[in-house]
Amino acid sequence: MNPFRLLKLIARTGRIAEPAPAAPVADTEHPIPKALRGSVQVRHVDTGSCNGCEIEIGAAFGGVYDVERYGARLVASPRHADVLAVTGVVTHNMVEPLLRTVEATPRPRLVVAIGDCAHDCGLFAGAYGVAGPVSDFVDVDLEVPGCPPRPEAIVEALRRVTGR
Amino acid sequence: MIATLLVVLQVVVATAITPLLIGVMRQVRARLEGRIGSGVLQPYRDVRKLLAKEPLRAEGSSIILVAAPLVLLVSSLLVVALVPLVTTANIPAVPNDLFVVVSILLIGTVALALLGLDAGTAFGGMGSSRHMMIAALVEPTVLMSVYALSIPVGSSTLSKIVVARGADVTRVVTPAGLLAVVALVVVVLAETGRLPVDNPSTHLELTMIHESMILESAGRDLAWLEVGSWLRLTALLGLVVNLALPWGLADSMQPLALLVAVVTLGVKLLVAGGVIAAAEVFMAKVRLFKVPELLAGSFVLAFLAVTASYLAG
Amino acid sequence: MTAVGGLVTVLTLTALAILLAFAAPPRYRSVASGGASMGIGIAGVFTGIAGITSVPQAVLVVPIAIPGGLGIDPLLLSPTPLGGVFCVVVGAVGAIAALYGIGYAHGPAASRTGWSAFAVFLLGMLIVASAGDVVSFLLGWETMAIASTVLLLADHAERPAVRTAAVWYAVMTHLSFLSLATGFALVASKAHSTTFTQISAAQITGPTGIAAFLLLLIGFATKAGLVPLHVWLPRAHPEAPSHVSAVMSAAMVKLGVYGIILLVGSWLPQVARPFAILVLALGVLSGAYGILQASITSDLKRLLAYSTTENVGLAVTAVGVGMLLSNAGQDAVATIALVAALLLVVSHAAFKTVLFLGAGTILHATGERDLDRLGGLIRSHPVTTWTFGIAAMGAAALPVTSGFAAEWTLLQALVHGDGRANTTLALALPVTLGLMALTIGLGLLTFVKAFGMAFLARPRSEAAATPAPEFTSKPGSAAMGVAQAIGALSVLALGLAVGPLATAFSSVLGYSGIITSELGGLRLVTIGVLDPYALGLVAVGLAVPVALLVLVLRRRVPRRETDLAWGCGGVRTSPRMEYTATSYAEPLVRVFGEALRPTRSLEVSHHAEDHVLEHRVAFAQEVSDIVEDRWYAPAAVWLRVAGDQARRVQNGSIHRYLAFSFAALVLVLVVVTLP
Repeated sequence: MNPFRLLKLIARTGRIAEPAPAAPVADTEHPIPKALRGSVQVRHVDTGSCNGCEIEIGAAFGGVYDVERYGARLVASPRHADVLAVTGVVTHNMVEPLLRTVEATPRPRLVVAIGDCAHDCGLFAGAYGVAGPVSDFVDVDLEVPGCPPRPEAIVEALRRVTGR
Repeated sequence: MIATLLVVLQVVVATAITPLLIGVMRQVRARLEGRIGSGVLQPYRDVRKLLAKEPLRAEGSSIILVAAPLVLLVSSLLVVALVPLVTTANIPAVPNDLFVVVSILLIGTVALALLGLDAGTAFGGMGSSRHMMIAALVEPTVLMSVYALSIPVGSSTLSKIVVARGADVTRVVTPAGLLAVVALVVVVLAETGRLPVDNPSTHLELTMIHESMILESAGRDLAWLEVGSWLRLTALLGLVVNLALPWGLADSMQPLALLVAVVTLGVKLLVAGGVIAAAEVFMAKVRLFKVPELLAGSFVLAFLAVTASYLAG
Repeated sequence: MTAVGGLVTVLTLTALAILLAFAAPPRYRSVASGGASMGIGIAGVFTGIAGITSVPQAVLVVPIAIPGGLGIDPLLLSPTPLGGVFCVVVGAVGAIAALYGIGYAHGPAASRTGWSAFAVFLLGMLIVASAGDVVSFLLGWETMAIASTVLLLADHAERPAVRTAAVWYAVMTHLSFLSLATGFALVASKAHSTTFTQISAAQITGPTGIAAFLLLLIGFATKAGLVPLHVWLPRAHPEAPSHVSAVMSAAMVKLGVYGIILLVGSWLPQVARPFAILVLALGVLSGAYGILQASITSDLKRLLAYSTTENVGLAVTAVGVGMLLSNAGQDAVATIALVAALLLVVSHAAFKTVLFLGAGTILHATGERDLDRLGGLIRSHPVTTWTFGIAAMGAAALPVTSGFAAEWTLLQALVHGDGRANTTLALALPVTLGLMALTIGLGLLTFVKAFGMAFLARPRSEAAATPAPEFTSKPGSAAMGVAQAIGALSVLALGLAVGPLATAFSSVLGYSGIITSELGGLRLVTIGVLDPYALGLVAVGLAVPVALLVLVLRRRVPRRETDLAWGCGGVRTSPRMEYTATSYAEPLVRVFGEALRPTRSLEVSHHAEDHVLEHRVAFAQEVSDIVEDRWYAPAAVWLRVAGDQARRVQNGSIHRYLAFSFAALVLVLVVVTLP
């Protein structure tokens, strides 16, 4: 697309991000490490999801919900990450990689389980390829229920971490 | 003595303003994309958070993992101290000669490349290889374009070039000067890993050049690497804007002159950064094997600048 | 010590070294003869210093008596200041290599022939550097050539690669000798004398002068390893034992540069003036082509050999730039360029010695020369890592090593040459600058690759995973480490002493006032200052707050050890997945494909049952030297054809042979009676 058309498109579209909803109430039972306030890097780990949650995460980080305005950003390496966003059941093949990914993340770190499958295997409970929910293998700090969870829920969970 | 104080002030100001520059660039990009963005102060928050995270050391890595980020940071600080940003004064016996500045930049480049190799992963080696290839191909353009700017002045010391250009407007708006500055802009984009040479926000390892070398670093190692890279952007971008618009720099300790220098640097840098960020919205990353063509084109511009300088002088 | 004393010591110690090589028991042969060779080197250094500093030149005449009454001129050894510089270079490199060889030499390299040849090699080079007349020069040259050929065959003479290398080396060095001898013959006949002082005084010009100049240039360019006469270098230097490679690369090829400087500066200056562009072109081409080949090869010693071509190319570029600038009347800048040439020579000698010795240690420990199969040696070989690293920094011209100071000086000369009134300069200087910048950039890549692949990450082969330890209980093992450490320290020391060094070189060349040294820093009057101390102080000053911050943070947030590199979470990140030297250079092979012309072969075999499914894919890529492929290979074929044809003349018929003798006699009579 040539630059002038793109420029006109930008001018016409303006802002696509929706206005921010009310800030979530802080959960005093599970305090978030102070070091992570204001800036959170998220590394997404798919341990066996159907990709429904991924689409919602993509929407959360996209233009409309724009979770980046609260200080959260996606990164490529767990060494750069503070939060591991785990989606899906943990399949047998992904147990080892999940543990290694958590090990590779520097502390203070949080594991956020997104979706019903990550919480209790959801639809896939009892299937032969499933090893268990995420909490069976790593400590889960935050959960986002839903199948799939709405982007607003994902945004709210991340806002709890960044505090913005 | 005064010169040393001015240089120290320059380092402090530049270091303080660098995360703001990155923040402004990200914010411009976000707003053009229709998002709200995380605010211009987000890089400060990112660095503060990184300093509080634990660094890691994998088995099989060596002291390079610990040393390379520090070498990059100190070499970037040294470049910031030398390049004329706020002041045209320089520490006695350390003139900001072009080749010295370029060599110190190259120390940082080498430190990063070795860090990528030390990781022992395919991604690190890939990034290191591409990074060094681009550094090698950018060298001729860098030296040639500053050479073009040095011909009317008769010296390759950056301060003298900026002062001479600032004193005489007719020297600034010449074909040679324009060609040289355009070539230098391409150099800055290549050296600092911006589009169209490298995408600083990519997650696909096969498209990474700079990012893949730092995949193994965590915590404060990553903080040094990020700040070091940002400082290189500030120094190079500041050099180019001060060569293009060489007015406002301080050469004495008068408070008014200093204030003017800091403010003009801030304005020039942030505007230039914003323009680059806006341009990035319209550009895609070029294929790695098209990058040498881009760099060869910038070399031709620089060569033409040299020829034009000789003809005009 | 006077120059004469030094030369006498050199001759005596050579004899001693040969004696010890033959007489000492095998266990102590290396220590004894190597120690004496070290002495030769040190005596050479003192001779050189004496040659630089003594004002009336010392002269030593060594009579040579050959049984049977065949007399040849006595050796006339009279080191000039410039020759003294090269004596110091040769001596220092020889001494360090001898020290290293005490621990490293094994098998045929440590035999009686091996150590004798080493001593004679050093002697030959010192004779060349201190020669005062043509015969001594050529005698030393030939001694050097023969001794080095013998040493080349010392290790693994049964391997075809080594034998081929020796043949290429012997042929090319003797072709260069032939060229030199003819050139010198022309010059000596015109000047009616064989001494260098008389030749310089004769100021030869004219067609004989031009012919002599070209012949001598070809001879010296071959020895120096300039493109297109370099093809022996990447073959010969890798195959020699490492301490010999170090001497060949760091010292012997410098004598080619020495010859070129004498040729254009002292013997045939008038004739040389219009050939400045030729010299510059040779240098620039060698620099760019040499480093390009170095950057894509995965054989460590071949990489270092091509890097020698590059550095010699840079030195000759500096000479060419100096010639161009003095043709244009800009004498001050021309001096700077010539001083840069000497600085490049000296700094290359320092870091190339250490690099080759390091390669020798790697070979000794792992048996591997191929960077694609090395890795991880930082853990088992810390001393070699550090010394190789410092030398690689010098080779890549990073501050504050001597390589950086030398290239800085040359770049200043290039940038401050005034091309405004002079079209030749206006074109030549920017082109040279551009190509030199590319050379510097590629040099960085080459040495990052060499250091990173050999020492960092994890071992890429079984041999590299189980290296021999760096220090064993053998007496010679410490010698290797000490030699490398001395070399690395000298790389740094030369960088820090650049001011006094450059001032000394400018007075050696006969100029003063253009270059001064301030507190160790180098000041080029009216041009610029390079002060490594001040730069270092500023860097330390900036590092202090960073260091304090690091100390504070270390206590608050300590580092955690993990067991694996990230590599995407699988356990399958084996060393085979690491980047190799070939992969590191692959983008360059693609970008410079036209200059390198790699040959690629791809074989795909399909399943018998189904021709769509692929069974096996084999890919091979090879980059060879295109100069060798395009010019030398056809020339060799042509020579063989010509030789075969010529053989028909020798068909065994006595009548034909008598006819030849008669024709030759008639020809000689005719030529002799011609007016």
